[in-house]
Amino acid sequence: MPSPPDERPVETADRVAPSESGRRATTDVVGLGTARAVWFVAPAMLLIGIFLLFPALWTLYIGSTNFERTGPNHVNPEYTGIDNYTSVLSDPSFYNSLWVTLLFVVFSAVIGQNGLGFWLAWSLRRVDRRVRRTVEALVLLAWILPSSVVAFLWIAMLDRHGGTVNMLLDTPGAAWLVDYPLASIIIFNIWRGTAFSMMLYSAALSSVPPSHLETAQLAGATGAQTLRDVVFPHIRGHVLTNTLLITLWTFNDFGPFLITAGGPGDQTEVAAVYLYNTAIRDGDLGYSGAISLMILLANVVMALTYRRMLRKRSAT
Amino acid sequence: MAGRIGFYSVTCLIAAFFAIPLLWLISAPFDASPTYAVEFPEVTLANFATILANPYALPSLLNSVILAIGTAAFVVIGAALAAYALSRVRIPGRDALLYLLLLLSSVVTGTAAMVPLFLLVSEIGAAIHPVLGIDSHFAVMLVMSSGLLPAAIFMLKDFVDGIPPSYEESARVFGASPFRVLKDIVVPLITPGLATITVWTVVNVWGNFLVPFILLRDADKQPAAVLMRTLYTEAGQPNLALLATFSLLYSLPVVLMYLFVSKRYGFRFHGGIKS
Repeated sequence: MPSPPDERPVETADRVAPSESGRRATTDVVGLGTARAVWFVAPAMLLIGIFLLFPALWTLYIGSTNFERTGPNHVNPEYTGIDNYTSVLSDPSFYNSLWVTLLFVVFSAVIGQNGLGFWLAWSLRRVDRRVRRTVEALVLLAWILPSSVVAFLWIAMLDRHGGTVNMLLDTPGAAWLVDYPLASIIIFNIWRGTAFSMMLYSAALSSVPPSHLETAQLAGATGAQTLRDVVFPHIRGHVLTNTLLITLWTFNDFGPFLITAGGPGDQTEVAAVYLYNTAIRDGDLGYSGAISLMILLANVVMALTYRRMLRKRSAT
Repeated sequence: MAGRIGFYSVTCLIAAFFAIPLLWLISAPFDASPTYAVEFPEVTLANFATILANPYALPSLLNSVILAIGTAAFVVIGAALAAYALSRVRIPGRDALLYLLLLLSSVVTGTAAMVPLFLLVSEIGAAIHPVLGIDSHFAVMLVMSSGLLPAAIFMLKDFVDGIPPSYEESARVFGASPFRVLKDIVVPLITPGLATITVWTVVNVWGNFLVPFILLRDADKQPAAVLMRTLYTEAGQPNLALLATFSLLYSLPVVLMYLFVSKRYGFRFHGGIKS
């Protein structure tokens, strides 16, 4: 915890970094000073360092051992170098989970949430206020309810006997989670996550000058032409931002576990579930460390792309 | 005209898509004999008695409350101190630190780090004290706080950056001690920011499944998120009356919080999205 501020802070500030004192005098008016500021930052950094940064680095080490949750390799793990990495790269279940994750991310986030979110934001702009509020509230509700509750709501809805979907589609006895497991979790994730895209796009659309839309209308542009030539150039940055963020989140989403736990077989074993099954269910910790590293690397690439894009946008 | 009708039918379909899964949550808890189907309930409140009879239901909600309050305390205090210092003082390496934090917050997710987190917490618990180990609420709070802190610091730093330093300056000129300035000027000014962080943390912790699922093995310690899954995956027919009522009770706080926030602040991104 930070030391209690005392009566000589202003001079501390000046003494620590005299070259910057002119600038500090305008901002650090409370006279915290560098030393005390470091104490203020320390508790948060300590937590982040221990429970966020350190685990990330540790995966590197774990991945290069044959560590297991129980048994002799738990007591005396051996250093195995890059063995885990080479065997992950030649493991069919790894490529299966990669492929499942790719399908899951592309269909549920990039196409599903993105498309539906934009459609909702675009079409709800001009409808009656109450209709708009209601639809928005429903979409948001799907987003904010706890994940284990919504997972069960979908299990109930897709249930073979008496589930609402079978009743509505008049397909009694259809076992959606067995016959179409991947499609089921894709639709589920569209339902679950569209709210973010909808909100982001409705904020983005409000930045399109209404006069441009009116001009397009006067010039006789169709809806599709207006979208392509007037709206899209304005919100291109937002589309990229949104796509990258929801890709990153969906890539790391553990939600499918709550509905299918990866099954049947390994048909819905997205990266997060594959990692869980390898590490916690099977106890093969060293091997799973190598998988963690792959996931971390993918995240780094996505996050850096995102940062770069933001910088490019703020530069223009 | 046909276009208009088509448009409204599509909107209705989408609204139905979002509404239908939620119907069960409203109908089943009040149904005398709930099934998976959504049906008009034979209204009863008897299901809420099954909640009282279940030895894990109410304690798990209490566990969720404990985890939410504890984590929110860590996040709010840690983020407030760090955000203020980072906003007002040029600590050497500040920009690099901020960049690293931003990167970390999106890269290291509970998913990617579940193995080292599990190991780390077991090792610390065995080596130092069980209160930091597996089956400890305190350890779960620390882990969840560290995941939320980077983003919380950023949100709060925006609030602090928005406050003109002249307020603090004039208080200083009138001879207030630094501590008094922080307590009487800075804290009241950033209260909306602190409230936002608190609500955001509570909602996140309330719904978080993965971290308590991995770090808490003892059924008495598990929060509602984990118990919910146990209730529907345990062997035999799940008790639907219990599940439905429990889902509703467990969801209610988030919904109330959403209503409160949307009424007070408006639940949408305002103006230009920050970039």
